Amino acid sequence: MLRIVSSVSRPSSASLLAVANRRNIASTSARQADITLTVDGKEVTVPQGSALIQACEAAGSPVPRFCYHDRLAIAGNCRMCLVEVARAPKPIASCAMPAAAGSVVFTNTPLVHEAREGVMEFLLANHPLDCPICDQGGECDLQDQSIRYGSDRTRFHEIAGKRAVSNKDLGPIVKTSMNRCIQCTRCVRFANEVAGVEELGTTGRGNDLQIGMYVEKMMDSELSGNIIDLCPVGALTSKPYAFHARPWELKTTESIDVLDALGSNIRVDSRGVQVMRVQPRTNDDVNEEWISDKTRYAYDGLRFQRLTTPLVKGPDNRFVAASWPDALAAIAAGLNRTGASGNEIKAVAGHLADTEALVVLKDLVNRLGSDNLASDLAGKFGNAPPVHGVDIRSNYSFNSTIPGVENADAILLVGTNPRHEAAVLNSRIRKSWLRSELVVGMVGERADTTYGYEHLGQDAKALEKFLTGKPSGEFAQRWAKAERPMIIVGSAMAEHADGEAVFGMLARYVSGAGNRVVREDWNGFNVLQRVASRPALYEIGFVPSRAAASATPKFIYLLNADEVDPASIPANAFVVYQGHHGDRGAALADVCLPGAAYTEKGSTWVNTEGRSQLGRAAVPPPGAAREDWKIVRALAEVLGVNLPYDDLVGVRDRMWAISPSLVRWDGVERTSIEVAKAGLGSLSAIGKKPPGGGKMTLVVNNFYQTDVVSRASVTMAQCTRAFVTREKEELNSIGKEPLQAHA
Amino acid sequence: MPRLLVPVGVLRSLAAAAARPQGPVISRSIISSQRRFVSASPHSSPPTSPSSSAPEYTGSVRPIPGVPNYLDSADGLISDLVVRKHKRSHTPRQWDANGNELDVYKDGPGALDKAVHLFFFTEILRGMWIVLEQFFRPPYTISYPFEKGPLSPRFRGEHALRRYPSGEERCIACKLCEAICPAQAITIESEARMDGSRRTTKYDIDMTKCIYCGFCQEACPVDAIVETQNQEFSTETREELLYNKEKLLANGDRAEAEIAANLHADHVYR
Repeated sequence: MLRIVSSVSRPSSASLLAVANRRNIASTSARQADITLTVDGKEVTVPQGSALIQACEAAGSPVPRFCYHDRLAIAGNCRMCLVEVARAPKPIASCAMPAAAGSVVFTNTPLVHEAREGVMEFLLANHPLDCPICDQGGECDLQDQSIRYGSDRTRFHEIAGKRAVSNKDLGPIVKTSMNRCIQCTRCVRFANEVAGVEELGTTGRGNDLQIGMYVEKMMDSELSGNIIDLCPVGALTSKPYAFHARPWELKTTESIDVLDALGSNIRVDSRGVQVMRVQPRTNDDVNEEWISDKTRYAYDGLRFQRLTTPLVKGPDNRFVAASWPDALAAIAAGLNRTGASGNEIKAVAGHLADTEALVVLKDLVNRLGSDNLASDLAGKFGNAPPVHGVDIRSNYSFNSTIPGVENADAILLVGTNPRHEAAVLNSRIRKSWLRSELVVGMVGERADTTYGYEHLGQDAKALEKFLTGKPSGEFAQRWAKAERPMIIVGSAMAEHADGEAVFGMLARYVSGAGNRVVREDWNGFNVLQRVASRPALYEIGFVPSRAAASATPKFIYLLNADEVDPASIPANAFVVYQGHHGDRGAALADVCLPGAAYTEKGSTWVNTEGRSQLGRAAVPPPGAAREDWKIVRALAEVLGVNLPYDDLVGVRDRMWAISPSLVRWDGVERTSIEVAKAGLGSLSAIGKKPPGGGKMTLVVNNFYQTDVVSRASVTMAQCTRAFVTREKEELNSIGKEPLQAHA
Repeated sequence: MPRLLVPVGVLRSLAAAAARPQGPVISRSIISSQRRFVSASPHSSPPTSPSSSAPEYTGSVRPIPGVPNYLDSADGLISDLVVRKHKRSHTPRQWDANGNELDVYKDGPGALDKAVHLFFFTEILRGMWIVLEQFFRPPYTISYPFEKGPLSPRFRGEHALRRYPSGEERCIACKLCEAICPAQAITIESEARMDGSRRTTKYDIDMTKCIYCGFCQEACPVDAIVETQNQEFSTETREELLYNKEKLLANGDRAEAEIAANLHADHVYR
C-alpha cells in the first residue's frame, strides 16, 4: 500500500531536524550496477533497483498502468501493470517488482491479457458510464486502456448498482467527481510528497476507500492543479475549464510561462482565438512536469481588461480610441511638447516585458540620447542600478541551477519565500528535503514553506550574526559541515533598504569561505528572481547609469510597467504605456499602446538561471494589438530614429550581438568560476556600512495575484478569496446573487 | 453491358477470356455465351482444362441439369429469344476435342421463330400491351405538395434537438456529433450551467454544409440530436439555414411524437 510521509507533521519552523533521517519516502540510492534481463525476448539493461515496469518500457513493451508514476512513490494498488515472469506462479505487478537480473518477462501472453482484462473489469465495475459528460473524455487513461485491454462485453448485473461516493470540495481549482475515482492514489502521493499537503489522504478500506481531506477543508497548495493532470480518470478535473472544450478541439502550442521567473515549460491549448487551458510540459531541468496554479489558471485573465486599440488621452482627460498612426504621432508630439532630451527620456520595463521588446526599447532610448532605463522594482530601487550590479551574471542568477537544488545539503534562504516566489522550485527543495539530509535555514519573515527550516532571524543583523558570529543551533552546525551549501537570496533583497549590506556581507562570506560555496563543480550563491523580465533586463543591461538615475524625466515610456510607483512620475511628464492590460500602468498614461500578452507573441524569456527559452504564439493578439517589439520599432520610425533591423531575425541578430546566450535557447551557460569569483569580489566592496535592521518582509503577499494577467483573472480572484483572504461563501446562498462573477 | 447476375462467375470468365488471344469483346454472342457460362455451377469441372488452348468462350463449362438456371430469374431484362433458346435445350450439345461447340446454333431459335417474331411485331405488341395495362391502372405519380409518399422511419431530414419529458434538454454537450460530423457543420460551445450540469451554450448546425449522413444521431449517446422526417425546410435566404439551438429545440418540440415513434420503430435493429 501507500507509503505515506509519516512522522512529518506540517513543519513551520525549527526543531524538526532530529527526524531528518526518518522522512524518506523512496530514497533513491546512488546509481548501482546495471542488470540485464529479457523482456518479450529482448535483452534489456537497466540500472539495478529499477522497477520491472521501467525495464519493460526500456525494452519497448508498453505496460498499462494507472497508479504508477515516474515521479511519485510506488503504490502498486491498481494492478493494471501485471506481467508474466518465467517461473513465477502468478502474474506480477511490474511497478512494485524490482527488476532482477536474468529474469525472463513476458508482457504479451494470454495470461497477461487475461489478467489485464480481469483487472479492467474490476476497475470498471465501480466506474460510472458517464464518459460523455466527463471532462477527461478523450484524454482519459481508463478510456484508452479499456478500449485497448478491456473486455468487449459486460458481466455487470449488480442489483445494488455502482459505488456512490460524495464529492469533495477541494477549492476553486479542483473539481471532484469521486464516483469516477479508481483509487490509484496518485493525487494523495503527489500532495504528500511534492505539494506538501499532507491532509489529502485515504480513509476506509477496500470498496469503502475514499480520497479526501479527512475533514471539510480545501486543498491549500499552489501546486494543486497538478493532481488534475495526474488523475488518470475524470475524478479530479479542472473547475475553471469545466465543460469548456474537448481535447480534440484544441490546438497545442509549446510555450514558456512568464508569471514567475522560473520559465516553466507550458503547453498552451487554444481554440480559435481563445486560450482554453495551460498545461505543463516536461522539462527535467526546469519544472519537471509540475506547474503552479497561477501558471495554469491565470490564463482567463488574458480575456479581461485587455487593451485592444491604441488610446490617446483627450483634453477632458479621457482616453479616446485612436488608430496606430495617430497614437504614434501623438507620442511624437508629446515628446516634442515636453522638450525631453537626453536622460529626461525614461523607459521603465515591467514584469511581463519580453526580451525582444526590451532590446528594441533600449536601442531606441539609447539612440534618443538617454541612459535612463529603469525597471519597476519597488519604491525608489527601480530608478537606480540594482545593488548587485549587472556586469556579472552570476551576481543576479540562480547559479546552482534548478536541478542543482537536489544536490545541496544545506540551504540558507535570505529574504525569500520560494513557495510563493517560485512554487515549482519550492517543490524541488521539498523533494530534496524529503529524500536527503538537507537542512534549511531562513533569514526573513516566517512563512509556511512545506518543509522544515530553522528560523535564524528577520533582518540583516540576524544574517550578519549568522555569517560572521559564532552561531549555535543544529542548522549552523550542519551548515558549517555542508559540502554543497546553497545560499538563496530573494530578489526582494535588491529592493530592501539593507540590500547593499545583505549582498555585501554574503559576497564577503562566500569569498572568505574559499572553495566551500563557490568552486569548480558547485556555485552555491544564488539570487532567486521572481519576475520573468528581470534576468533578461539585467542581461541586456537595461539599467540606468548613475547620472541618468538622478535626472528628472519629462517623457516616460512604460513597457508593461504596472508595478511602477506613481510617485516616481512627475506631474508634467508625458507618459506612454505599452502593454496588454488596462491596469495601473495604463491609468498613468497619456497614450496607451496595446501589446501582445505572452501567449500571443513568439519571444525570448530568460529565467532566473539565465536560461533563455522561446515562447511561442498560441493565439493572435486581440483587436489592434501588436507584438511589442514591432510597436517600439514603429515608434522609432515615427520619431525619426533609425534602428538597424526590420524583422524578427534582425532583432535576434542584435540580441546575439548583445549576449549570445539570449538566442541559445534552452541552454544554460554557466558562469566560469573565475568570473563568478571576480563578481563576488566586486560585490564584496559594497555595503560595508552596518545594516539598518529593517525587517525582511515577504514580497509576495498574495501568490495568486502578482501581475496584470493574474489580477485580471477570475479564477485567481476566487483563489485569493479561498486561500488568502479566506472569505467564505454563505452556506445558504441559493436564490441570492452569486458572489463570484461567472466567466 | 447488361446487368450481371452472378458477378463471380462472370469475372472468372472474363479473366479466362483475358488470358486468351481473342477478338473484340463486345458482341452479342459473347455476352450470351457468358450467360451460359454463368448458368453453370462454378464447381463443375470443364471437359477440358481451361488452360488448354480452347478458343473463345464456348462452353468450357457444360450446363448441368439440376443446377438452377439463373436466367429463369431474369426480370425481363433479357430478350425473349435468349430465354427461349435456353429453355429449348433438348438435344445434348456437343463439343470437339478443343472445346468448340460443334453446332453453335443448335439450341438457338430456329429461323422460322425469328421470322415470325420479325414479321408479326410480337415484341412491339408485347411492349404496347404493357402500356395498355398501365393505362388502366392507377397512376404511380402523386401530386407532391398535396400528396406525400411514404417515408422510412430511418429517413434523414431536418435536424432537431430533443427534450426529456420533463422539459430538460437532452443534449449534454459531449461534442461527439461535432467530432464525427464529416462536413464539420456542427459547432458547439459548452459550459457548466448554474446548477453545475454540462450544457451547451451554443449548438449551431450549418444546414448548407450538412450532408445528411446521420452520423450525428448515431454518435449521440442520449438521442438528443436526431434527423427528423421533415424534408421541406427550404428557405429564401442562406442565413435561415444556419440553425441555432433555439431553432433545433423548436424542431424537436414540434416533431417529438413523430421522432419518438420513429425511434421506437427502429429500436429493434439497434
